Amino acid sequence: MLLIPCPWCGKRAQTEFTYRGDATVERPDLADSDAQWYDYVYTRDNPRGEHTEWWHHTGGCRKWFKVRRNTWTHEVISSEPPVRD
Amino acid sequence: MGAFRNSSGGTLDRTQRIRFRFDGKQYSGFQGDTLASALLANGVRVVGRSFKYHRPRGVFGMGVEEPSAMVRLRTGARAEPNVRVTEVELFDGLEAHSQHCWPSVNFDLGAIANVMSPLLPAGFYYKTFMWPATKWMFYEHFIRKAAGFGSSATEPDPDNYSRSYEFCDVLIVGAGPAGLSAALSAASSGAKVMLVDETPDGGGRLRFDDEVINDQPADKWLNETLHELSKMPNFDLRFRTTAFGYYDENMVAALERVSDHLPEPEPGQVRQRVLQIRAKQVVLASGSIERSIPFGYNDKPGVMLASAVRGYALKYAVACGRRAVVFTNNDSAYATVAALHAVGAQVVAVVDSRTQSPGKRALEQLGDVKLIQGSVVMKTKGLRSVQAVEIGQITGEGDSPQKSHTIRCDLVCVSGGWTPTVHLFSHAQGKLNFDDSIGAFVPGADIPALHVAGSANGEFSLAACLRQGSDAGIESAKQAGYEITESVSIPTAPEESVSDMEPLWGVPRMGSRAKRFVDIQNDVTIDDIELAHTEGFVSVEHLKRYTTLGMGTDQGRTSNINGLANLARLREAKVPEVGHTTFRPPYTPVSLGALAGIDFGEHLSPVRRTPLHQWHERNHAHLQNSGAWKRPAYYPQTGENVQDAILRETRHVREKVGITDVSSLGKIDVQGRDAAEFLERIYINRWKSLQIGRCRYGLMLREDGFVFDDGTSTRLSENEFYMTTTTANAGPVLEHMEIYAQTVWPDLHVHLTSISDQWAGMALAGPFSRNVLSSVIGEQAASNENLPYMGVIKARIADVSVLVFRVSFSGELGYEIHMPSRQAELVWETILAAGQEWEIAPYGLEAMTILRIEKGHVVAAELDGRTTAADLGFGRMMKPDGDYVGKRLAERSALTANGRKQLVGIKSIDSSPIPRGAQIIAEPSKGKPAQTVGQVTSACFSPHINREIGLALIKEGRLIYGKTMYAASPLTGREIPVEVVHHIFIDPEGERVRG
Ligand SMILES: [Zn+2]
Repeated sequence: MLLIPCPWCGKRAQTEFTYRGDATVERPDLADSDAQWYDYVYTRDNPRGEHTEWWHHTGGCRKWFKVRRNTWTHEVISSEPPVRD
Repeated sequence: MGAFRNSSGGTLDRTQRIRFRFDGKQYSGFQGDTLASALLANGVRVVGRSFKYHRPRGVFGMGVEEPSAMVRLRTGARAEPNVRVTEVELFDGLEAHSQHCWPSVNFDLGAIANVMSPLLPAGFYYKTFMWPATKWMFYEHFIRKAAGFGSSATEPDPDNYSRSYEFCDVLIVGAGPAGLSAALSAASSGAKVMLVDETPDGGGRLRFDDEVINDQPADKWLNETLHELSKMPNFDLRFRTTAFGYYDENMVAALERVSDHLPEPEPGQVRQRVLQIRAKQVVLASGSIERSIPFGYNDKPGVMLASAVRGYALKYAVACGRRAVVFTNNDSAYATVAALHAVGAQVVAVVDSRTQSPGKRALEQLGDVKLIQGSVVMKTKGLRSVQAVEIGQITGEGDSPQKSHTIRCDLVCVSGGWTPTVHLFSHAQGKLNFDDSIGAFVPGADIPALHVAGSANGEFSLAACLRQGSDAGIESAKQAGYEITESVSIPTAPEESVSDMEPLWGVPRMGSRAKRFVDIQNDVTIDDIELAHTEGFVSVEHLKRYTTLGMGTDQGRTSNINGLANLARLREAKVPEVGHTTFRPPYTPVSLGALAGIDFGEHLSPVRRTPLHQWHERNHAHLQNSGAWKRPAYYPQTGENVQDAILRETRHVREKVGITDVSSLGKIDVQGRDAAEFLERIYINRWKSLQIGRCRYGLMLREDGFVFDDGTSTRLSENEFYMTTTTANAGPVLEHMEIYAQTVWPDLHVHLTSISDQWAGMALAGPFSRNVLSSVIGEQAASNENLPYMGVIKARIADVSVLVFRVSFSGELGYEIHMPSRQAELVWETILAAGQEWEIAPYGLEAMTILRIEKGHVVAAELDGRTTAADLGFGRMMKPDGDYVGKRLAERSALTANGRKQLVGIKSIDSSPIPRGAQIIAEPSKGKPAQTVGQVTSACFSPHINREIGLALIKEGRLIYGKTMYAASPLTGREIPVEVVHHIFIDPEGERVRG
């Protein structure tokens, strides 16, 4: 079972978290094309290897954060709070 | 005592005699026996019949490696199938039964399968699958009777199981020489050390090898070490505990058999416990398992692993036979000679397949017993157990052996070399390398925080096992952050000079039809592997499934390497090129009871009770499950049936006044200077314009444009909103909003707090509801001017601060009153007392459902994830300007096109009830397939209009009011004519709620 490093609480068992997939997609603007919106809502890559993912500390501080993780080796590389430019 | 037991020796308590029954017959053993040692001591050789051919089988091993001697242990509700007799600790009154045999273990009708075995080749089952289905039905009947392992109990399990979460610095798996040596080193650093071992007393090979450690008998060292460790506060030893799986980040799952060695658990004691051990460092000292050599009829009772024969002699003072032949390809088996002599058995010969001489120590152990070098046991003879063996001489590489002579004997002690137990290393995704010198896979490249020591690592010398263990203990403690301050003294053992083993993956056939078993649990022979290869099953994974090699409860512990090596021989490849099948948890079978732990029955999922639960129970509410909630369905009065109670409550709300518990609604406190802006983006309608002290109905979409949830939200102050959600979506809505608040619009200042549990709610509804409210908060406060429709005020009831919302789910004049959960019952009682004058009565979920259907309010049945706001009649709520969740995809052509299903009401034209979930068709089907144009989402009998009514989603339904359609239930075959009407059946102008 994975240990997920919550940026606020530290390493906790995977069962405390909810997974939400790709954290690199950005919600488009209203003016953006149908294709961009379609991709945002429906299309996700499923990479083997390093992947940046959203995790939610559902059974803890209830914060969403980004985890950089290797989907092949299960190695957790880093985690950070959500930041926007 | 049994004729095969010495009067002295072993680690038994001979003062404690234990009675047990096997197949109904009474036997006795001693405290300290296993069922296997007690059966052998009593001369019981045939313990069961084999899986496929129903051949007689006896005890083959001594512990977890036992492939064949499995019984049904205990009786009744505690009966357990496929239990290895080698792992059953004897207890008084134990009852065991053999498996796979009828009518008896010594005369088994199923053994006809043995005679007919040419008809049951590898892949037999798969081939029958491919036959016509009708024939399969015919074969299945017989196969099911004849094949398969034992049957489980049919009664509920009377025992309790639990789970425990353990944390340690260093977890050591295996309490043999390497594991104990690791424990001594690691624990001396002060690190928190946990040691698990599957046996009741540990010791590993010291239980079957008479060895010397630190210049004294090894059992003395063993006892002293266990004693020394047990005094250390940072050391936790768990015997009878099998580490069965390794998971990410050094989490090891283990099964602790707490009371399996007792007739039944002590009061309050669990039977088994699953440990989830999170260790900073793990040391695998899981040892190795001796393997067999496939020769003719090598499955017969009387053929045993050489190490097991030594163990029964050393630990239990049992002679597994009277005249033994040792058959080996390595030095380790020579120690069996002395062990057998010690219990009074005769060793006729040691047959060694090697031409090279065994090592110095082996020759010493041989003594004056005859050594037959360069030879093999070709086959055993004897009906139900071994009576003789045929010896053959190997004449040259690849040639068939030449039969030289026959030796009369009743025991063959076989050793084909040793296979490291690398299961957990493999679970950890560790790569295995094939080591030619031992003929087995060993752990390859290092894995962080995981250390392998001793014979699990392919290191078979005792001295080296002790050293490796100690090194692993020191290293793991260091890596866990501990200093080794004192110098650690490594236990020592005499260095050995050992000759190499020479692989012997099977004795070549010599015109004999004798089956050479590779896997004696699954009855897989070398011929089966050859057949599979001929038929093209040349990958190890295919071979496994086609022949069943290495399947079952045993997973090929004594047989896999032999099987792989034979496949390699046929493919003219090397074993590592052929590879090995994947090791998957669990290492040994784990009962479903242990895995479930306490999570069954009422503990399977938590029950949620509203703050008014006790009041409902005291007042005889019929409670109903609604998700995890227990909610009152109705409050039957004396002599009243269900239907009458529900209709009475419904009419009471329409005619007088009722009160119902709505505490299960989700409640979310939304605060922050951007709270209004945030709601504006979460809901489809406007929120910034909402005045303080007013509430509004809101609808939210998912980002894909479909409706997600609805509820009312109230502006309590400029920057604070009190949001309600549906009961079912309380959790998901909060999570949904957290995603947007934290990840999509983190620039908005908004804080979300679930207050669902902290706040209770009750709905007061009916023509007299204002009278009741006035009597508790005052006439002025409850007046239409002070509290208009969709208004919200703060008030006090029974000195409790409450929020009063002028909202209605029923369609009647109504209010919701929310208050801190702890005061809910006080407020509820106060309102009931005040409402007596207007005959106030509680109503339940059933009446509420009828009231809301009559009013056309949507719930989860209509918000099914496929409906748009417009489908439900909320199209005009969607604000045209600004962004909100789901806006963009709600504008997709498919979601706005004509022809979508729309929410309508339906009325049964005759008086038939409308089946919920029925499909809507335009014409009676007359038994032919019909095109559906919609479906019934909710249905009930409406006391208000005295008709069966419902809500439905029908294609362009709002254009066909007045038309007759048919609600068809394929389940009942009924088709009910219904009239399509507007979905609001009562007070469409909303005069009642505004009155
Ligand atoms: Zn956290």
